[in-house]
Amino acid sequence: MALSTDAVGTSYPPVLYAVGREKVREYALAVGETDPLHLDHEAARAAGYADLVAPPMFTVVYSAPAIGPALFDPVVGIDFARMVHGGQAFSWGPLVVAGDEVTTTVTVKSIEEKKGLGFFVFESVSANQEGHTVCVGTWTNIVRGL
Amino acid sequence: MALEQGDELPELSVTPDKYLTVRYAGASGDYNPIHIDEEFAKAVGLPSRILHGLYGMALVARAATEAGGGPASLARLGVQFRGMGLPEQEITVSGTVADAGEAVTTVHLEARQGENAIIREGVAELRR
Repeated sequence: MALSTDAVGTSYPPVLYAVGREKVREYALAVGETDPLHLDHEAARAAGYADLVAPPMFTVVYSAPAIGPALFDPVVGIDFARMVHGGQAFSWGPLVVAGDEVTTTVTVKSIEEKKGLGFFVFESVSANQEGHTVCVGTWTNIVRGL
Repeated sequence: MALEQGDELPELSVTPDKYLTVRYAGASGDYNPIHIDEEFAKAVGLPSRILHGLYGMALVARAATEAGGGPASLARLGVQFRGMGLPEQEITVSGTVADAGEAVTTVHLEARQGENAIIREGVAELRR
């Protein structure tokens, strides 16, 4: 199967995610966070935050609904049976707290073949309700056996 | 605590229990059956259900933020996913300070289960 690069540069419609206090707590407990900023909203307020603070990696929760349509775009053409998540990078701006509304836009950054593997790279840019960029993600998926 | 070049981060050890992948699936929204359905995982050639790669990355992020002084300290984290992580086996996250600049401390991290590195080439940038 030859790789098509037709989708490179495509951006998908922005997706809004409303950050809920209990969702932050659920995520923080699942990944074993112990910092009270993520678990106790009174402690978070005492530290100067408006509400529970999302752990940085909570970005996967608010950006996932925007990543899905890009991954599944038939023009991108990922064969999921042969896909692995190869690498991931995030850069963070201001912390996200419960009550924030985060809008994420995903773009296809590159599609390349290297040594018989397909490298599909997506970028997500997430901004809060004040327009501040809270996270930029680079998602690298590798498809074997081209 | 100021991190200096060559410092090793406190090791983080976690043993995900049998149902961790189910809780993480719910928390993250990633319900790929290779993580939560033993029969499905084996049918596609895996040894058993495997951990979510982004769960492993979250442990690496936690090791970095706990050493860096809290969630606001983490400016950037990049990782490579390699070996498969398995439930009910201890994960250890280790890290070494590669560079301590005036504004940013760079830490190299990895997560292992025994000899199996499940998160490699982790690079965290911590705000001073």
